[in-house]
Amino acid sequence: MKKYIIFILIAIVGWSLATTFKAIPFGADRRGDLNNPDKVAAYYLKESPETLQTANSITAIVVNFRGFDTLGEVTVLFLAATGLASILYRKEDDEEEKEASKKDVERVRLPSSSLVRTGAKILFPLILLLGIYVFVHGHLTPGGGFQGGAIIATGFLLMLITYKHFETNHNVMVWLESLAGLAFVAVGLYGLFVYGSFLQNTHSVGTLNDLISGGLIPLIYIFIGIKVGTELTNILDILLKIKKS
Amino acid sequence: MAIILIAAAIYAVMQKDLLYAVLATGIISVVLSVFFYLLQAPDVAITEAAIGIALTTIIFIITIRNTSRNEDEYSEDHIKKF
Repeated sequence: MKKYIIFILIAIVGWSLATTFKAIPFGADRRGDLNNPDKVAAYYLKESPETLQTANSITAIVVNFRGFDTLGEVTVLFLAATGLASILYRKEDDEEEKEASKKDVERVRLPSSSLVRTGAKILFPLILLLGIYVFVHGHLTPGGGFQGGAIIATGFLLMLITYKHFETNHNVMVWLESLAGLAFVAVGLYGLFVYGSFLQNTHSVGTLNDLISGGLIPLIYIFIGIKVGTELTNILDILLKIKKS
Repeated sequence: MAIILIAAAIYAVMQKDLLYAVLATGIISVVLSVFFYLLQAPDVAITEAAIGIALTTIIFIITIRNTSRNEDEYSEDHIKKF
């Protein structure tokens, strides 16, 4: 019975996908005319280098044209991290329990080999540097705040699983995350109240391919990068501290 | 490339040992991020590489470490324990 229901559900999903994609001609050029944009894709491709001076048009769309959606996306991640932390939070009242949990914090059962430890030590700053590069250059090269933050989190992950006693300062992480989120909203609201629309560019956009160009995009991507990096690191830290039951 | 992708996906579903299944999903992410790069979507490729290969795999491995490794172990009395 269960299997038949699954097959029926798969058939319904497949049928609805097929009817949707049948309407779109395969391989057709739907970008529209670049010089005289009548479609949204052509409009974005034309406007992002010209009026916003942004080399990477994807970041121009994500942060500038659709900046409000990005705020929602960041909020979703924030809520996920908060929910996870509240579910997995354990109270450490008794001294005895504290001692027990300290033993549990020793996440790695066996100590890592010296090869792994030395390699992690060398790689960790390089990974952090790559992550910071990715989100600082979000408007010039592929990548952006979310990607850079994820790369930073993988660097912290490497240290967390290699070293037994590697601790991230939880308070600093939470404060950084909250301040970055608030700064994003504050920049958006500043544009709303002073210039009349959310995330309005408040300074000149500069010239194409400069590091400081693209108006608000680098600023916001730095905030998003810090926020995503600290959030994902916190999630991993909490998950790795779970007691094995 | 596509054959590796589909084979890894089928292996991940069929495998009873969940650790190997999770590693197979990691392989799917590797191939998928190469595909995204070839399809001229480097932004998505970076995201897929960082999230799909590293973070998701590690979170699943932590979950397996804290629960059971085999699909069959997940029986009635295992649920009762919690």
